Amino acid sequence: MKKCIIIPAFNEGKNIGSVIQGIREYSNADIIVINDGSKDATARCVREAGGYVISHPFNMRYGVALQTGYKFALKHNYDLLLQMDGDGQHLPGSIPRFFEMLESGQCDVLVGSRFLGAGGYHPGMLKIMGITLFKILIRIMNGERITDPTSGYQCMNRKVFSIFTDDSFPCDYPDTNVIIRLHRMGFVVKELPVDMRPNPEGRSMHRGTLKIIYYFFTMFLSIFITMISDKDYYRKNGVRP
Amino acid sequence: MTFSQRIFGILVVFVIFYTIILLVKKGRLKEEYSWMWLLTGLILLVVVLRYDFLVLISRLIGAASPTNALFIFGIIFLIFLSLHFAIKISLLTYEVKNLAQKIAILEAEYEQNKPGASRRHNQIL
Repeated sequence: MKKCIIIPAFNEGKNIGSVIQGIREYSNADIIVINDGSKDATARCVREAGGYVISHPFNMRYGVALQTGYKFALKHNYDLLLQMDGDGQHLPGSIPRFFEMLESGQCDVLVGSRFLGAGGYHPGMLKIMGITLFKILIRIMNGERITDPTSGYQCMNRKVFSIFTDDSFPCDYPDTNVIIRLHRMGFVVKELPVDMRPNPEGRSMHRGTLKIIYYFFTMFLSIFITMISDKDYYRKNGVRP
Repeated sequence: MTFSQRIFGILVVFVIFYTIILLVKKGRLKEEYSWMWLLTGLILLVVVLRYDFLVLISRLIGAASPTNALFIFGIIFLIFLSLHFAIKISLLTYEVKNLAQKIAILEAEYEQNKPGASRRHNQIL
Protein backbone atom coordinates (compact mmCIF):
# COMPACT_ATOMS: atom_id res chain seq x y z
CA MET A 1 0.00 0.00 0.00
CA LYS A 2 1.25 3.46 -0.90
CA LYS A 3 1.56 5.52 2.26
CA CYS A 4 2.25 9.15 3.01
CA ILE A 5 2.58 11.37 6.02
CA ILE A 6 1.36 14.94 5.64
CA ILE A 7 2.55 17.69 7.94
CA PRO A 8 1.07 21.20 7.80
CA ALA A 9 3.76 23.66 8.86
CA PHE A 10 3.77 27.40 9.45
CA ASN A 11 7.06 28.94 10.57
CA GLU A 12 8.35 25.61 11.84
CA GLY A 13 11.92 26.01 10.58
CA LYS A 14 13.30 25.25 14.05
CA ASN A 15 11.36 22.02 14.59
CA ILE A 16 10.51 20.52 11.22
CA GLY A 17 13.94 18.98 10.54
CA SER A 18 13.92 17.02 13.80
CA VAL A 19 10.27 16.03 13.24
CA ILE A 20 11.17 14.51 9.84
CA GLN A 21 14.22 12.76 11.28
CA GLY A 22 12.05 11.39 14.08
CA ILE A 23 9.51 10.02 11.59
CA ARG A 24 12.25 8.38 9.52
CA GLU A 25 13.20 6.23 12.52
CA TYR A 26 9.77 4.62 12.43
CA SER A 27 8.49 4.79 8.86
CA ASN A 28 9.54 4.85 5.24
CA ALA A 29 6.31 6.49 4.12
CA ASP A 30 6.65 9.57 1.91
CA ILE A 31 6.82 12.69 4.05
CA ILE A 32 4.98 15.65 2.55
CA VAL A 33 5.22 18.96 4.35
CA ILE A 34 2.70 21.64 3.43
CA ASN A 35 4.53 24.87 4.04
CA ASP A 36 1.66 27.26 4.73
CA GLY A 37 3.23 30.54 3.63
CA SER A 38 5.99 30.46 6.25
CA LYS A 39 8.21 33.51 6.58
CA ASP A 40 11.15 31.47 7.86
CA ALA A 41 13.26 28.74 6.28
CA THR A 42 10.71 25.94 6.74
CA ALA A 43 10.82 24.87 3.05
CA ARG A 44 14.63 24.69 2.99
CA CYS A 45 14.75 22.78 6.29
CA VAL A 46 12.25 20.23 4.93
CA ARG A 47 14.30 19.67 1.77
CA GLU A 48 17.52 19.32 3.75
CA ALA A 49 15.85 16.77 6.01
CA GLY A 50 14.71 14.79 2.96
CA GLY A 51 11.03 15.70 2.97
CA TYR A 52 8.88 16.74 0.04
CA VAL A 53 7.59 20.25 0.34
CA ILE A 54 4.48 21.91 -1.09
CA SER A 55 4.56 25.64 -0.46
CA HIS A 56 1.39 27.71 -0.32
CA PRO A 57 1.89 31.15 -1.91
CA PHE A 58 0.47 32.72 1.28
CA ASN A 59 -0.77 31.64 4.67
CA MET A 60 -4.17 29.95 4.47
CA ARG A 61 -4.26 28.30 7.91
CA TYR A 62 -4.09 24.76 9.20
CA GLY A 63 -7.26 23.29 7.66
CA VAL A 64 -6.44 24.47 4.15
CA ALA A 65 -2.89 23.10 4.50
CA LEU A 66 -4.34 19.73 5.49
CA GLN A 67 -6.66 19.81 2.49
CA THR A 68 -3.75 20.55 0.16
CA GLY A 69 -2.15 17.38 1.52
CA TYR A 70 -5.34 15.40 0.87
CA LYS A 71 -5.52 16.73 -2.69
CA PHE A 72 -1.89 15.84 -3.33
CA ALA A 73 -2.35 12.35 -1.86
CA LEU A 74 -5.44 11.78 -4.01
CA LYS A 75 -3.69 13.00 -7.15
CA HIS A 76 -0.70 10.74 -6.54
CA ASN A 77 -2.76 7.65 -5.67
CA TYR A 78 -1.78 7.14 -2.06
CA ASP A 79 -3.78 4.49 -0.23
CA LEU A 80 -3.13 5.57 3.34
CA LEU A 81 -2.50 9.00 4.75
CA LEU A 82 -1.28 9.96 8.19
CA GLN A 83 -1.43 13.56 9.34
CA MET A 84 0.58 15.03 12.19
CA ASP A 85 1.75 18.39 13.46
CA GLY A 86 5.03 19.96 12.45
CA ASP A 87 5.91 21.36 15.86
CA GLY A 88 6.95 18.07 17.42
CA GLN A 89 3.84 17.68 19.60
CA HIS A 90 2.98 14.34 18.05
CA LEU A 91 5.59 11.73 18.90
CA PRO A 92 6.29 9.45 15.92
CA GLY A 93 6.55 6.15 17.84
CA SER A 94 2.89 5.35 17.07
CA ILE A 95 3.20 5.70 13.27
CA PRO A 96 3.79 1.97 12.50
CA ARG A 97 0.77 1.02 14.64
CA PHE A 98 -1.40 3.60 12.82
CA PHE A 99 -0.54 2.11 9.43
CA GLU A 100 -0.87 -1.49 10.67
CA MET A 101 -4.39 -0.92 11.93
CA LEU A 102 -5.48 0.84 8.74
CA GLU A 103 -3.88 -1.84 6.55
CA SER A 104 -5.70 -4.57 8.44
CA GLY A 105 -8.97 -2.83 7.55
CA GLN A 106 -10.13 -2.56 11.17
CA CYS A 107 -11.25 1.00 10.59
CA ASP A 108 -11.33 3.83 8.06
CA VAL A 109 -10.02 6.55 10.34
CA LEU A 110 -7.77 6.20 13.34
CA VAL A 111 -7.54 9.11 15.76
CA GLY A 112 -4.53 9.34 18.03
CA SER A 113 -5.69 9.92 21.61
CA ARG A 114 -3.40 11.60 24.12
CA PHE A 115 -5.74 10.50 26.91
CA LEU A 116 -5.32 6.79 26.20
CA GLY A 117 -1.53 7.07 26.03
CA ALA A 118 1.12 7.17 28.72
CA GLY A 119 -0.16 10.56 29.81
CA GLY A 120 2.82 12.78 29.14
CA TYR A 121 0.65 15.69 28.04
CA HIS A 122 -1.79 17.46 30.33
CA PRO A 123 -3.78 20.21 28.58
CA GLY A 124 -5.03 23.29 30.45
CA MET A 125 -8.36 23.45 32.27
CA LEU A 126 -10.14 25.37 29.47
CA LYS A 127 -9.00 22.87 26.85
CA ILE A 128 -10.09 19.93 29.02
CA MET A 129 -13.52 21.54 29.42
CA GLY A 130 -13.81 22.04 25.64
CA ILE A 131 -12.68 18.48 24.91
CA THR A 132 -15.17 17.09 27.48
CA LEU A 133 -17.99 19.05 25.87
CA PHE A 134 -17.14 17.68 22.41
CA LYS A 135 -16.76 14.16 23.81
CA ILE A 136 -20.30 14.39 25.18
CA LEU A 137 -21.56 15.75 21.85
CA ILE A 138 -20.00 12.84 19.94
CA ARG A 139 -21.44 10.40 22.47
CA ILE A 140 -24.92 11.86 21.98
CA MET A 141 -24.77 12.17 18.21
CA ASN A 142 -22.70 9.14 17.22
CA GLY A 143 -23.28 6.90 20.22
CA GLU A 144 -19.59 6.12 20.43
CA ARG A 145 -16.80 7.02 22.82
CA ILE A 146 -14.04 9.20 21.42
CA THR A 147 -11.66 10.39 24.13
CA ASP A 148 -9.71 12.97 22.13
CA PRO A 149 -11.98 14.58 19.51
CA THR A 150 -9.65 17.54 18.87
CA SER A 151 -6.58 15.43 18.07
CA GLY A 152 -4.87 16.28 14.80
CA TYR A 153 -2.81 13.07 14.88
CA GLN A 154 -4.88 10.91 12.55
CA CYS A 155 -4.56 8.23 9.92
CA MET A 156 -7.12 7.52 7.22
CA ASN A 157 -7.67 5.51 4.08
CA ARG A 158 -8.19 6.81 0.56
CA LYS A 159 -11.99 6.68 0.74
CA VAL A 160 -11.89 9.15 3.61
CA PHE A 161 -9.33 11.66 2.40
CA SER A 162 -10.87 11.75 -1.08
CA ILE A 163 -14.05 13.12 0.55
CA PHE A 164 -12.02 15.83 2.28
CA THR A 165 -10.83 17.28 -1.03
CA ASP A 166 -14.06 19.10 -1.84
CA ASP A 167 -15.26 22.47 -0.57
CA SER A 168 -17.50 20.94 2.08
CA PHE A 169 -14.40 20.14 4.16
CA PRO A 170 -14.49 22.50 7.17
CA CYS A 171 -11.16 24.24 6.60
CA ASP A 172 -11.63 26.64 9.53
CA TYR A 173 -11.39 24.02 12.25
CA PRO A 174 -11.53 20.37 11.15
CA ASP A 175 -12.08 18.71 14.55
CA THR A 176 -15.12 17.19 16.22
CA ASN A 177 -17.34 18.19 13.30
CA VAL A 178 -15.31 15.94 10.98
CA ILE A 179 -15.52 12.96 13.35
CA ILE A 180 -19.30 13.36 13.66
CA ARG A 181 -19.64 13.69 9.90
CA LEU A 182 -17.51 10.63 9.16
CA HIS A 183 -19.53 8.52 11.57
CA ARG A 184 -22.79 9.67 9.99
CA MET A 185 -21.36 8.74 6.59
CA GLY A 186 -20.85 5.20 7.79
CA PHE A 187 -17.08 5.22 8.21
CA VAL A 188 -15.52 3.35 11.11
CA VAL A 189 -13.64 5.72 13.41
CA LYS A 190 -11.38 4.27 16.10
CA GLU A 191 -8.79 5.59 18.50
CA LEU A 192 -5.20 4.66 19.14
CA PRO A 193 -3.26 5.57 22.29
CA VAL A 194 -0.49 8.01 21.38
CA ASP A 195 2.00 10.14 23.22
CA MET A 196 1.93 13.88 22.76
CA ARG A 197 3.80 16.68 24.37
CA PRO A 198 2.97 20.39 24.61
CA ASN A 199 4.13 22.74 21.88
CA PRO A 200 7.79 23.49 22.69
CA GLU A 201 7.19 27.23 22.27
CA GLY A 202 3.79 27.21 23.99
CA ARG A 203 2.01 28.11 20.74
CA SER A 204 -1.59 27.11 20.13
CA MET A 205 -4.22 27.60 17.41
CA HIS A 206 -6.73 28.51 20.10
CA ARG A 207 -4.96 31.31 21.92
CA GLY A 208 -6.96 34.40 22.88
CA THR A 209 -10.54 34.74 24.10
CA LEU A 210 -11.96 35.90 20.77
CA LYS A 211 -10.34 33.00 18.91
CA ILE A 212 -11.75 30.51 21.41
CA ILE A 213 -15.24 32.03 21.13
CA TYR A 214 -14.96 31.95 17.32
CA TYR A 215 -13.74 28.34 17.47
CA PHE A 216 -16.72 27.19 19.54
CA PHE A 217 -19.16 29.14 17.38
CA THR A 218 -17.70 27.68 14.17
CA MET A 219 -17.66 24.18 15.60
CA PHE A 220 -21.29 24.23 16.74
CA LEU A 221 -22.43 25.78 13.46
CA SER A 222 -20.49 23.18 11.49
CA ILE A 223 -21.99 20.33 13.56
CA PHE A 224 -25.47 21.79 13.08
CA ILE A 225 -24.94 22.04 9.31
CA THR A 226 -23.66 18.45 9.32
CA MET A 227 -26.85 17.35 11.08
CA ILE A 228 -29.22 19.04 8.66
CA SER A 229 -27.44 18.62 5.35
CA ASP A 230 -25.50 15.40 5.23
CA LYS A 231 -28.24 13.11 3.98
CA ASP A 232 -28.67 15.26 0.87
CA TYR A 233 -24.91 15.57 0.47
CA TYR A 234 -24.33 11.82 0.61
CA ARG A 235 -27.17 11.08 -1.79
CA LYS A 236 -25.85 13.68 -4.24
CA ASN A 237 -22.25 12.55 -4.06
CA GLY A 238 -22.85 8.87 -3.48
CA VAL A 239 -20.03 8.65 -0.96
CA ARG A 240 -21.55 6.30 1.60
CA PRO A 241 -19.06 3.44 1.77
CA MET B 1 -43.41 66.50 -3.14
CA THR B 2 -42.33 70.00 -4.12
CA PHE B 3 -40.99 70.91 -7.56
CA SER B 4 -37.44 71.51 -6.27
CA GLN B 5 -37.47 68.13 -4.42
CA ARG B 6 -38.53 66.46 -7.63
CA ILE B 7 -35.76 68.16 -9.65
CA PHE B 8 -33.20 67.18 -7.01
CA GLY B 9 -34.43 63.56 -7.06
CA ILE B 10 -34.22 63.38 -10.87
CA LEU B 11 -30.69 64.82 -10.76
CA VAL B 12 -29.61 62.19 -8.20
CA VAL B 13 -31.05 59.42 -10.40
CA PHE B 14 -29.19 60.70 -13.45
CA VAL B 15 -25.92 60.95 -11.50
CA ILE B 16 -26.41 57.31 -10.44
CA PHE B 17 -27.14 56.20 -14.03
CA TYR B 18 -24.21 58.18 -15.44
CA THR B 19 -21.74 56.88 -12.83
CA ILE B 20 -22.81 53.24 -13.28
CA ILE B 21 -22.65 53.38 -17.10
CA LEU B 22 -19.25 55.09 -16.91
CA LEU B 23 -17.86 52.49 -14.49
CA VAL B 24 -19.11 49.63 -16.69
CA LYS B 25 -17.67 51.31 -19.80
CA LYS B 26 -14.26 51.70 -18.13
CA GLY B 27 -14.36 48.10 -16.96
CA ARG B 28 -14.26 49.04 -13.28
CA LEU B 29 -17.68 47.55 -12.60
CA LYS B 30 -18.89 44.28 -14.04
CA GLU B 31 -22.26 44.17 -15.82
CA GLU B 32 -23.12 41.44 -13.33
CA TYR B 33 -23.15 44.00 -10.50
CA SER B 34 -24.39 47.01 -12.44
CA TRP B 35 -27.97 45.84 -12.91
CA MET B 36 -28.92 46.18 -9.25
CA TRP B 37 -27.66 49.77 -9.14
CA LEU B 38 -29.49 50.63 -12.34
CA LEU B 39 -32.61 49.03 -10.89
CA THR B 40 -32.18 51.10 -7.74
CA GLY B 41 -31.95 54.25 -9.87
CA LEU B 42 -35.05 53.23 -11.79
CA ILE B 43 -37.04 52.67 -8.56
CA LEU B 44 -35.90 56.09 -7.31
CA LEU B 45 -37.02 57.65 -10.59
CA VAL B 46 -40.45 56.04 -10.25
CA VAL B 47 -40.73 57.32 -6.66
CA VAL B 48 -39.76 60.84 -7.77
CA LEU B 49 -42.15 60.92 -10.73
CA ARG B 50 -45.04 59.07 -9.04
CA TYR B 51 -44.90 60.06 -5.37
CA ASP B 52 -48.40 58.68 -4.87
CA PHE B 53 -46.93 55.15 -5.30
CA LEU B 54 -44.76 55.74 -2.25
CA VAL B 55 -47.74 57.08 -0.29
CA LEU B 56 -49.73 53.97 -1.24
CA ILE B 57 -46.92 51.60 -0.21
CA SER B 58 -46.52 53.50 3.09
CA ARG B 59 -50.21 52.92 3.84
CA LEU B 60 -49.92 49.23 2.84
CA ILE B 61 -47.03 48.50 5.21
CA GLY B 62 -48.38 50.75 7.96
CA ALA B 63 -45.53 53.27 7.90
CA ALA B 64 -46.17 56.58 9.70
CA SER B 65 -45.00 58.59 6.70
CA PRO B 66 -43.64 58.02 3.16
CA THR B 67 -40.17 59.05 4.42
CA ASN B 68 -40.26 56.20 6.97
CA ALA B 69 -41.21 53.74 4.23
CA LEU B 70 -38.32 54.99 2.11
CA PHE B 71 -35.88 54.46 4.99
CA ILE B 72 -37.22 50.96 5.71
CA PHE B 73 -36.85 49.93 2.07
CA GLY B 74 -33.41 51.55 1.95
CA ILE B 75 -32.23 49.54 4.96
CA ILE B 76 -33.73 46.30 3.59
CA PHE B 77 -31.97 46.95 0.29
CA LEU B 78 -28.63 47.51 2.06
CA ILE B 79 -29.05 44.30 4.10
CA PHE B 80 -29.64 42.27 0.93
CA LEU B 81 -26.77 44.02 -0.79
CA SER B 82 -24.42 43.08 2.09
CA LEU B 83 -25.66 39.50 1.97
CA HIS B 84 -25.10 39.40 -1.78
CA PHE B 85 -21.51 40.58 -1.36
CA ALA B 86 -20.90 38.16 1.54
CA ILE B 87 -21.99 35.31 -0.77
CA LYS B 88 -19.71 36.61 -3.53
CA ILE B 89 -16.76 36.93 -1.12
CA SER B 90 -17.35 33.36 0.13
CA LEU B 91 -17.32 32.05 -3.45
CA LEU B 92 -14.19 34.03 -4.25
CA THR B 93 -12.51 32.74 -1.07
CA TYR B 94 -13.17 29.15 -2.18
CA GLU B 95 -11.86 29.92 -5.65
CA VAL B 96 -8.70 31.62 -4.35
CA LYS B 97 -8.08 28.73 -1.94
CA ASN B 98 -8.51 26.10 -4.65
CA LEU B 99 -6.31 28.03 -7.07
CA ALA B 100 -3.57 28.55 -4.48
CA GLN B 101 -3.65 24.84 -3.58
CA LYS B 102 -3.44 23.87 -7.24
CA ILE B 103 -0.55 26.24 -7.87
CA ALA B 104 1.29 24.96 -4.79
CA ILE B 105 0.94 21.32 -5.89
CA LEU B 106 1.90 22.07 -9.51
CA GLU B 107 4.90 24.12 -8.39
CA ALA B 108 6.09 21.30 -6.12
CA GLU B 109 5.76 18.80 -8.99
CA TYR B 110 7.54 21.17 -11.37
CA GLU B 111 10.40 21.73 -8.91
CA GLN B 112 10.85 17.99 -8.59
CA ASN B 113 10.79 17.35 -12.32
CA LYS B 114 13.21 20.14 -13.17
CA PRO B 115 16.55 18.92 -14.56
CA GLY B 116 19.06 18.50 -11.72
CA ALA B 117 16.38 18.78 -9.08
CA SER B 118 16.69 15.19 -7.89
CA ARG B 119 19.71 16.01 -5.78
CA ARG B 120 17.94 18.82 -4.02
CA HIS B 121 14.48 17.42 -3.54
CA ASN B 122 13.17 14.28 -2.04
CA GLN B 123 11.90 12.06 -4.86
CA ILE B 124 8.62 10.55 -3.88
CA LEU B 125 6.65 10.00 -7.05
